[in-house]
Order: sequence, then C-alpha cells, then structure tokens
Amino acid sequence: MNMQTAITMTAAETALVDAYTAQIGELPGEGAVLSARDTLLADLKKQGLPTRRVESWHYTDLRALLRSVPDFDPTSFAEKVDPLVPGSSVLAVLNGKADTKNLPAGVNVRSYAESLIDGVAAADLVERDQDDAIGRINGSFVRDGFEIEVPEGTELEQPLELQLVQSAGQSHSRFPVTFGANSKATVIERHLSVSDAASLVTVVSDLILDDGAEITWIILQQQGASDSHLAQVNFDLGTNAKLRLFIINAGGKLVRQEVHGVTTGEGADFKLRGINLLGGETHTDVTFTLGHDVPNTTSTEILRNVLFDRAKGVFQGQIRVAPDAQKTDAKMACNTLLLSDDADFSAKPELEIFADDVQCGHGATVIDINPTHLYYLRARGIPENKARAMLVNAFVDEIVEELEHEGLIETLETIIAAWLEKHA
Amino acid sequence: MLEIRNLHARIAEDGTEIIRGLNLTVKAGEVAAIMGPNGSGKSTLSYILSGRSDYEVTEGDILYNGESILELDPSERAAKGIFLAFQYPVEIPGVATMQFLKVALNEQRKFRGEAELSTPDFIRRVKEAAAQLQINPDMLKRPLNVGFSGGEKKRAEILQMALLEPKLCILDETDSGLDIDALKIVADGVNALRSPDRAVIVITHYQRLLEYIVPDTVHVLYKGQVIKSGDKSLALDLEANGYADIIDAAA
Repeated sequence: MNMQTAITMTAAETALVDAYTAQIGELPGEGAVLSARDTLLADLKKQGLPTRRVESWHYTDLRALLRSVPDFDPTSFAEKVDPLVPGSSVLAVLNGKADTKNLPAGVNVRSYAESLIDGVAAADLVERDQDDAIGRINGSFVRDGFEIEVPEGTELEQPLELQLVQSAGQSHSRFPVTFGANSKATVIERHLSVSDAASLVTVVSDLILDDGAEITWIILQQQGASDSHLAQVNFDLGTNAKLRLFIINAGGKLVRQEVHGVTTGEGADFKLRGINLLGGETHTDVTFTLGHDVPNTTSTEILRNVLFDRAKGVFQGQIRVAPDAQKTDAKMACNTLLLSDDADFSAKPELEIFADDVQCGHGATVIDINPTHLYYLRARGIPENKARAMLVNAFVDEIVEELEHEGLIETLETIIAAWLEKHA
Repeated sequence: MLEIRNLHARIAEDGTEIIRGLNLTVKAGEVAAIMGPNGSGKSTLSYILSGRSDYEVTEGDILYNGESILELDPSERAAKGIFLAFQYPVEIPGVATMQFLKVALNEQRKFRGEAELSTPDFIRRVKEAAAQLQINPDMLKRPLNVGFSGGEKKRAEILQMALLEPKLCILDETDSGLDIDALKIVADGVNALRSPDRAVIVITHYQRLLEYIVPDTVHVLYKGQVIKSGDKSLALDLEANGYADIIDAAA
C-alpha cells in the first residue's frame, strides 16, 4: 500500500473543492486571510473528510455520512425572528450574512466579515489539530459572524441571542467572543431552519473568559430534517471564571457539535449540560475535550439523550488532567433513554489523569422507561401516551431546571415538550 | 359495586398462579377489610383490580358496577373511579407533584366528558385537601414522592384519593410504616370519604387500622381464595387467635 495514493473524492468532497473555486472571489479577506483559507482547503483536499479510521471521528464517519453538499444559494432569503426570550439583544446571521443593523449597546460588536477584510481574522483560521475537519471547512469558507467583546465588569441584564437563520445553501460563521474580567452574561446561540431545503451550516465560536467572568452559553440547535450542522465551541477559562455551556440538539440530519476547552486559571469552573432529542434517521454527535491545565479547577458534565426511531447518537467526552493540576474535581455522566429498538447510542468517556491528588469520575447508562413509573401514572388515570411523554420529559427536565432564568426555562420546556409530542 | 367471580390469575412472566378461584362482593357504601397471612394474594388482588399488566387473569371475571373491567387499561379503570392507594408509592424524579396531580385530575375529567379544572380552582382544592391531611405545602413543591418519608408517602396517597374522588378505594397496607399519629390522620382522611355511593377495600395485616377505619365486612384471603367472611368481629378473632384455626377449618 502506498499511503501517498490519492483517494477518490466523494461527491461531498468534490462539491466542497468546487465550491471553493467558485466562491473564493467573493469571500471576504485577502493576503494572510486568503492564504490561510488556501492552506485549509489544500489540507481538506489532501486528507479528505475524516473516516472512522480517524480516532476522534470513529463513531461519526463524516466521509460516509456527508453524502452531498448543497450549493451556495445567494438568492435564498431568510429573515430575523423574535428572540427566544423577550427583551434579548439579537445579533442575527441570515443565511450566513451578519445583519449589522441595530447592533446592541453595552457590548462591542462588529461583523466578522470586517475582521476578515482587515486581516485580523487570519490568526483564527488555523486547524486545532490534524483531525479538525470542522475548523478546516469553516476556515476555508467563513464569510461572516460577529466579533464580540463584553467589557470588563459588564453585567448583561438580558440575554444576548446569536440567531442563525438558514433557509438553504451553505453558511459558515465564526464568533470570537471575549468576556472581560468579572463580566456576567447569558448568550443564546440559536440555529434555526426556515425551509425544508437542505443546508450545510458550520459555525465556530471561540470564547475567552477573563478572570471572574460568569457566563451561561446556550446552544439551541433546531435545524431542518435535511440539514448538516458542523459546530465547534472552543473556550479558555481564566482565574475563577465560570462557564456553563448548555446544548440542546433538537434538529438536523447530520450533526456534530464539538466542545474543546481548557482551564488556564485556578478556581475556574466548567459545566456542560446537554440534551439530545434524536428521532427519524439522523446522526448526532457531541464530542467534548477538556484540559484541566492548572490546579484547583472543577468541571461537571451531564448529558441526557432521548432516542426514537432509527436515530443514532454519539457522546465522546475526554477529560485531561495536567501533571501539576492537583485538586482537580471532574465528573462526567451520560444517560440515555432508548425508546426504539432501532435507535443506537455510543458513549465514550475518557479520563487521562497525570496528577495524583484529583477526584475524577464518569458514568454512562442506557435505560428504558421505568415500567413501575409508567404503571403508577396510569393507575392515576393518565393515559399511556401522556404518561410516557411525562416520564421522558422528566428525564430531560431535571437539567433544564438548573438554569436560573424562569422565562428561559419555560421557553426551553415548551420547545422540548413540542419536540417530544411530535416524535413520541 | 364490585363483584369478583371465580377469579384465577397468575404472574405473567413465569405463570405462577396466585389467585385461585376468588369470589368477593363489595356493595356501595361498604367498607370491606381483606386480611390474610403473607403470600395469600392480597397485594396481587389489588394490582389486578387496578390493571397492572404484570398479572394475567386466566379465568373468571371482575364486574364493576355490573360491567367487566378486564379489558380496560389502568388509566380507564382509574377514570371510571377505581383507586389503589399503593403499599409502596413510587418515587418519580423530574415529575413535579403539583403537575402530576393536575394532569391526573384533568385526564380523568376529560375521560368522563367533564370540563378541565381551572388552575385557581385546582390549587384551592389541593390546599384544602392537604391541610386536612396535615401535609406541608412545601412537600407538594418536590418531585412526586421523592425524598418523602414513609408516612409522607402514605399521606400523599390519601391526598390523591381525596382529590380524585374515586368510587372504589383500595387501600393496600396503608397502615404499614405509619406511627400512631400518622395512622389517625390517614384514617380520618379515609373516613371523611366514606359515603353511601363509595366503597372501600382495606387490605391489612393488623386489626389496629380497623380500630380507626371500622369495616362492615371482613374477608380472610388464603392461597388466593376467600376462605371466610364475617363482620368486624372476625378481625378481632384473628387478632386473638391467628389464622391457623380458620385455615384448618377451610382445608
């Protein structure tokens, strides 16, 4: 076997390479940005999309799963919708184009296209590592997004909603966000689809939390049934910074949500809460890596997955504890409710611990609805379908209740209940 | 109100026969006590009446107000007025107690073609019933039965019964795990529900509960059959002399 033999490109790979050739004249940025794009695309072309032989993509063979890529569709139309929580500031990206009208006060914002044009963005357009297919695709094609800075000491009273509305074609967005020291904010990254046409959406968010920042970042992914969604959140937590990352996947045909973080200041705390509502013939992957790089940092990760039909789900969670990161406390749990014999969930928790005075643990469970619970509810006059829906709801609601914002809890509960009603 | 005719039933999973030709009639307005040694089929009978699918009826029939209920599922039986107060009430994390009560009440009303209760109406009813049973309102803010003590769970069962206003109440060892004060509160709750159009079946090991909920009839269950029936004096007799004589006489 000669490893240098060029692989035969798949339809999706060909479409991406062709799209680059067709688009490059219109993508914002020159010089260093352009050469960064060229490098990423050349890597994509050379390596192809990752297959199951690439360890971090073992359960999501992107090359096999991404069967086609829709063309860019500059004529497609999407408009802003009401924010999830009334009163939120909205930063909209409509079919991949940032809407720069009425930018909110209190935070420093500019479109990412500006950052690409003046070349600042060039430093962002690099691969995390060899296997960073999402960074590669996004970096090659990125067109817009928002660069956001929440100034030191700022407390945002109302949530900031990043609203990505897609009707067709492709969109590739980035959000470099800096939360200044001791700032407090709730950010909702919301992905919506407003048509049945297939879309490819990629998004990369790079979050920096300065010392003492306390941030809740919510990702609500509700893309269409034919959409591919490739997303990545990278974060860096300073001293005593607290990040709660809350992910709800309730849509999409092929979804990969990566989360990669490091704690770089003592006292930092990270919470990952994930709800995967999976139905139909879909594939959804949440892949998470966290480096506890300094002493005295904490993290907890709780995933709740509900699967119907022929859905496939994946959770990969890797926690690394650096040699001098003593007193790390990290706990990871992945609980799955399998409601169909044809559904499938793969959980791969990994702990790599190089320090000796730490508390780390992980657990994964797969369960069915508890028949005794079901009987008890029915014995009180609740019909079986309704009783089942209540129990499934209860399984995920425990996590939603952790959010302290009443309005947000209610809205998310309504979305979850509607999803369950449609799929149960 | 309830007529059980030559009932035979077994555990669905392994076919073990538990109820072997049981006959029992309970009239409207009657309080019937069912007593019997461990393993006689008392709890199984209560589960079968409520429609639990772990048990299969192989012969005989259960008539409720003259109609067979064997084909009804548990929620339909409940909506028609059959209520089982569980010996071991189930803890369900994530289901709020108030939400559960409201859904149960309104689903039953919907089944019977009645209008749903408004939220203020519902809350008022719950508060009144809870106060009567000396239930701390904070308890109702917790998930269903989660972290309730044994006595709190039993009181919560009686609260559900008071709210749902069933016609046939089956109390499965409601006295187990209760101290004497809690026992009185629970018994008062049950007695408050006694009415000419309602029947109560009290399943118990001990005479003690029957001092507070005085039965009209007492039936001794043994090996899946009613082997002796009588009035409340039968319970006193059992308390004094045990089951051996009755079992021997029936053999």
